[in-house]
Amino acid sequence: MPNDKRYWLDDPRNVTKLYRTVWAIGAALVLAELLVRRHEELAFAGWFAFYAVFGFVACVALVLAAKEILRRLVKRPEDYYER
Amino acid sequence: MSADIPIALLPVLGAALVPLVRGRLRAAYLLALPAAVFVWLLLLPHGEFGKLELLGQTLTLMRVDRLSLLFGYVFVLALFLTALYALHVEDATQHVAALVYGGSALGAVFAGDLLTLFVWWELTAVSSVLLIWARRTERAYRAGMRYVVIQLGSGMLLLAGAALHVNAGGSLAFGRIGLESAGGALMLVAFGIKCAFPLLHNWLQDAYPEATVTGTVVLSAFTTKLGIYALARGFPGTELLIWAGALMTAFPIFYAVIENDLRRVLAYSMNNQLGFMVVGIGIGTDLALNGAVAHAFADILFKMLLFMSMGAVLLRTGTVNGTDLGGLYKSMPWTTGFCIVGAASISAFPLFSGFVTKSMVMSAAASEGHVFTWLVLLFASAGVFHHAGIKIPYFAFFAHDSGIRCKEAPPHMLIAMALTAVLCVGIGSFPAVLYALLPYPVTYVPYTSSHVLDQLQLLVFSALAFSVLVRTGIYPPEMRSVNLDFDWIYRGLGRSLARASARVLSAWLATGGDAARALCGRSLMALKRHHGPDSTLARTWPTGSMALWVMILLLAYLLFYYL
Repeated sequence: MPNDKRYWLDDPRNVTKLYRTVWAIGAALVLAELLVRRHEELAFAGWFAFYAVFGFVACVALVLAAKEILRRLVKRPEDYYER
Repeated sequence: MSADIPIALLPVLGAALVPLVRGRLRAAYLLALPAAVFVWLLLLPHGEFGKLELLGQTLTLMRVDRLSLLFGYVFVLALFLTALYALHVEDATQHVAALVYGGSALGAVFAGDLLTLFVWWELTAVSSVLLIWARRTERAYRAGMRYVVIQLGSGMLLLAGAALHVNAGGSLAFGRIGLESAGGALMLVAFGIKCAFPLLHNWLQDAYPEATVTGTVVLSAFTTKLGIYALARGFPGTELLIWAGALMTAFPIFYAVIENDLRRVLAYSMNNQLGFMVVGIGIGTDLALNGAVAHAFADILFKMLLFMSMGAVLLRTGTVNGTDLGGLYKSMPWTTGFCIVGAASISAFPLFSGFVTKSMVMSAAASEGHVFTWLVLLFASAGVFHHAGIKIPYFAFFAHDSGIRCKEAPPHMLIAMALTAVLCVGIGSFPAVLYALLPYPVTYVPYTSSHVLDQLQLLVFSALAFSVLVRTGIYPPEMRSVNLDFDWIYRGLGRSLARASARVLSAWLATGGDAARALCGRSLMALKRHHGPDSTLARTWPTGSMALWVMILLLAYLLFYYL
């Protein structure tokens, strides 16, 4: 099925726009902390921007560990078990 | 209808009619059967029914209480939705297998004693493997074989555990079992296999992605959640489970990041979600148990939705490898949308189902002072958004355009996905409905401004981490590969050991074997004479000689009787 239609996301400039929007939303969520009264069962979870920093750091650590450590250890050719 | 009759008999026996009807009639029948089961379910009174006396023990075929009903509802929903999703499948075997499989899972959930549980437990194993073998490839055959051996093994452990339990003075009734007896430990392992505990988990990632387009959806609903049900019934408050569950939430997500087969990524994320439920059961407070079973309910739906969307991709493009896909939102916009709903639900976005169920387990872990566990769960929450929430939709439907242009999924698949998506959003937006069905009274309030803000921060910054890594090129590219996991022990090491021992043995037979043959040659020759090919015992005998021998034996018996 030929489909030459240009989609909004096909333009890299729009992807950049989207990317910046997500950053803006993130910033707004951190600032919203100043307005919302927070109640946390664990004291340290009440630190400023705890969830934002945790989410970012956790995901970067997850990807780097999977890429640099796990993949090096366990990656085998696709037909490994068929040989 | 009498509550004494096991409700599971309706789908299990009803499945026998499927091959006899064709076309529209079959479609109507496949949808009407789960609907009828649902009506039966609504009419069931609470209590224990279908009591049978057997060898001095009481069997309870039907135990209806809040816990079994909750799983009953969602299993029947799953039966209906998967039947709708699979309407295009001509192969009657798959429909029959799905009905028998879902039906026997239903039977197991309502089983009030360990023997009845065992019977349904084994039937789920035998019927479900047909959904893998129905792919009819060598790979699927082998994966199915490994799968069924492990599943039947789980049943054997359950039976042995139950026997030990009863022998040690326990009752055959299926209530709280605990780890006090050896039988209890065996049963925990049996349940643990179904729940995919660490090191017992590989059957899941091995077999589910090898099943048919629709088979994987069916498989994702029943086996593991049956394990969760059994665990919630038999081992609530077992501390070991907190550690096992925390491990389950964390380690599969690393594998999910580097896995290429997107259905296998989902299998890893299943493992991760099961971990939340296992932690909840391990904590064992009312809040935690409510959270565990509510999350099982929600998980069945959003995991089916995700597997449905990947199934649609597999059906239309013939692959679900991240390396081959991308840009499919142009061809399959509806499927993309439904996949995103599933992704938002598993990631626990506010207004989606995971938000109101998973948080109960998190809250219970925090309030019971399991700080380390809570941190692991939070890490796993960020991780699940990363690999299931973003990676799945991103690599299948967005990323770089693969150039694949295909048709949108067939209408019945879209309707099945739409209904499942509505349920996911419904649970997330109106949690009171699900909360009212939970085994214990619910005081938990999911929608506080603090909780919503916390969760949104976690998710948005996880998404930002993903975007930053992709834009900087640090994100690991999808690669065609096999990633070794624990199954290497039997698929790699075990195979090498078997080959090595065969080599050693044949070398020994070739050299030292001669000496041995001379030594015990006489007995070997005798063995060969009787048991070898063309020997007396290997021959096929005519029926006549059999009859002759029976007659001789009877005559001898008569003779001795008179003597």
